[in-house]
Amino acid sequence: MENQIKYSQTNEDSKLNITKVGPKTSLLFFRIISFFLVFLIWELAGRSDISIAFPPFSKVFLAFIEMILSGEFVEAYADSLPPLLIGLLITVVGGVIIGVSVGLVRSAEWFIMPLLIIFQTAPVSALIPMLTYIYGISDTSKIVAIVILGMPLVALNSYKGIQSTNPSLLEMSASFLASRTNTIIFVILPSAQKMIFAGLRLGISGAFIGIVLAELLITPTGIGDLITYNRFIARYDKMFATIVSILAIAGLTLSLMRVFEDWLFPKEKN
Amino acid sequence: MKKRSRSTEVILSTDSINVVYQESLIALQNVSLDIPAAKLTAILGPSGCGKTTLLKVIAGLIKPTSGSVKVRGKEIEGPGPDRALVFQDFALLPWATVLQNVGFGLRARGVPKKERDETSLHYIKEVGLLGFEDKYPHQLSGGMRQRTGLARALTINSDILLMDEPFSAVDEQMRRKLQEDLLNLLKVENKTVIFVTHSIEEAVYLADQVIILSGRPGSVAEIVYPKIDRTGEIDLIRRQPGYIDLVDEIWSSLKKYVE
Ligand SMILES: Nc1ncnc2c1ncn2[C@@H]1O[C@H](COP(=O)(O)OP(=O)(O)O)[C@@H](O)[C@H]1O
Ligand SMILES: [Mg+2]
Repeated sequence: MENQIKYSQTNEDSKLNITKVGPKTSLLFFRIISFFLVFLIWELAGRSDISIAFPPFSKVFLAFIEMILSGEFVEAYADSLPPLLIGLLITVVGGVIIGVSVGLVRSAEWFIMPLLIIFQTAPVSALIPMLTYIYGISDTSKIVAIVILGMPLVALNSYKGIQSTNPSLLEMSASFLASRTNTIIFVILPSAQKMIFAGLRLGISGAFIGIVLAELLITPTGIGDLITYNRFIARYDKMFATIVSILAIAGLTLSLMRVFEDWLFPKEKN
Repeated sequence: MKKRSRSTEVILSTDSINVVYQESLIALQNVSLDIPAAKLTAILGPSGCGKTTLLKVIAGLIKPTSGSVKVRGKEIEGPGPDRALVFQDFALLPWATVLQNVGFGLRARGVPKKERDETSLHYIKEVGLLGFEDKYPHQLSGGMRQRTGLARALTINSDILLMDEPFSAVDEQMRRKLQEDLLNLLKVENKTVIFVTHSIEEAVYLADQVIILSGRPGSVAEIVYPKIDRTGEIDLIRRQPGYIDLVDEIWSSLKKYVE
């Protein structure tokens, strides 16, 4: 007699709304188009006489190739990349760990939150020249600049993500006797995922601002130096090529972060 | 024929429960109840009178300011394997499929995946959701989400099922369907059900015992025992002579708490 009951699916049940997501290829197509448009506008703007300090895209592109071949980029990035990578690592790992633990442990909230909020709202870049007094002209200065500009964003967003867990889901988890660890793994972290990764993207952008500012303002080495030097000798095409290169690397890092997020949390399949 | 009488085993009882929120708002006052085993008990009362609070105290999610809850004579310390809760807002994980949501309680207990999925599928079938196990909550209607929450509560095989306004978030036809399904389900699953409702009709139709709470602060105003014969066809239950009379009777005693 058991399991003899069958329920018919009612009208309500069949009214399913499953939204179709367009194929990935068309998204890529529109991205390429939009890049192309930006380059076109840049080219036109550069050719009109706005300023000699604003070269057209084609000139910058040629300078870019030239700098790759001449080894100028290699030399500059040999200086910039190591502190950038270390700084990014500290920003990402440290920021998530701090934000998540403060979110999970109520007692840690009091002393760390004010600090994070100050770092997020105050013009932190104004602090960067002061780093010279502490760390001198060194990679440490660069790393500290990166971490100061990136980590608060990561930590704050991770914290907010953890805190925004639906209380009803926490009650559900408790009522089904999930341990604290299971609740964190199965309920809290997946809830916070979007916010944590949004924070990571902001933090990575902040980290890139940090390295450029540090190299522009305190330690004239690496790509910061390349930008300053080329501006000084009025090679604006090379200056822009350098800026484009750092933007490209930042963009690449952000894309890698997306790939990492998709790998860690596979998208819902319809 | 099973006779339903008042003198059955008490599986759960509350002893003078008081709940005070934020040091001044008295949500529950001196609530003492006996819940008979293998019966349906409805907690009925105007909105804001403390029904959800009472259910959460019984579930072990809220510690009462004073008083105690006992299951089979043993005082509870918090949530336990003897009680399973069905949430008013479903409380489904939005990133998890029906199968994963239904298996949550088993997963929390460390049941291996194969066994977990087998048990989950069994109850998914029992609540009529077979074929939807790989859907996500946002792809489901309100009624289907409620069934998912019910299936999840059934998997852990607890004797007591606690349901907070289980049928209030769905439309009238769906509500009737879910009510009938619940009665059918209870014919195969030997459960004690405590459900919260603000609908007098629902309480009389489903419950063996109706606990009427007064307006805030919630305290037990009256307990009625609808003597409705549920052994026959479900459609006949609503047509029994006592049904309408009892609805009227409860309404007249509840009226004074509703402005
Ligand atoms: N966490 C809380 N903090 C403060 N007041 C609460 C809380 N939960 C419920 N209340 C209040 O307690 C009273 C009873 O609430 P509830 O148990 O949800 O009532 P019901 O489920 O009968 O509508 C209401 O006045 C509500 O505003
Ligand atoms: Mg309620």
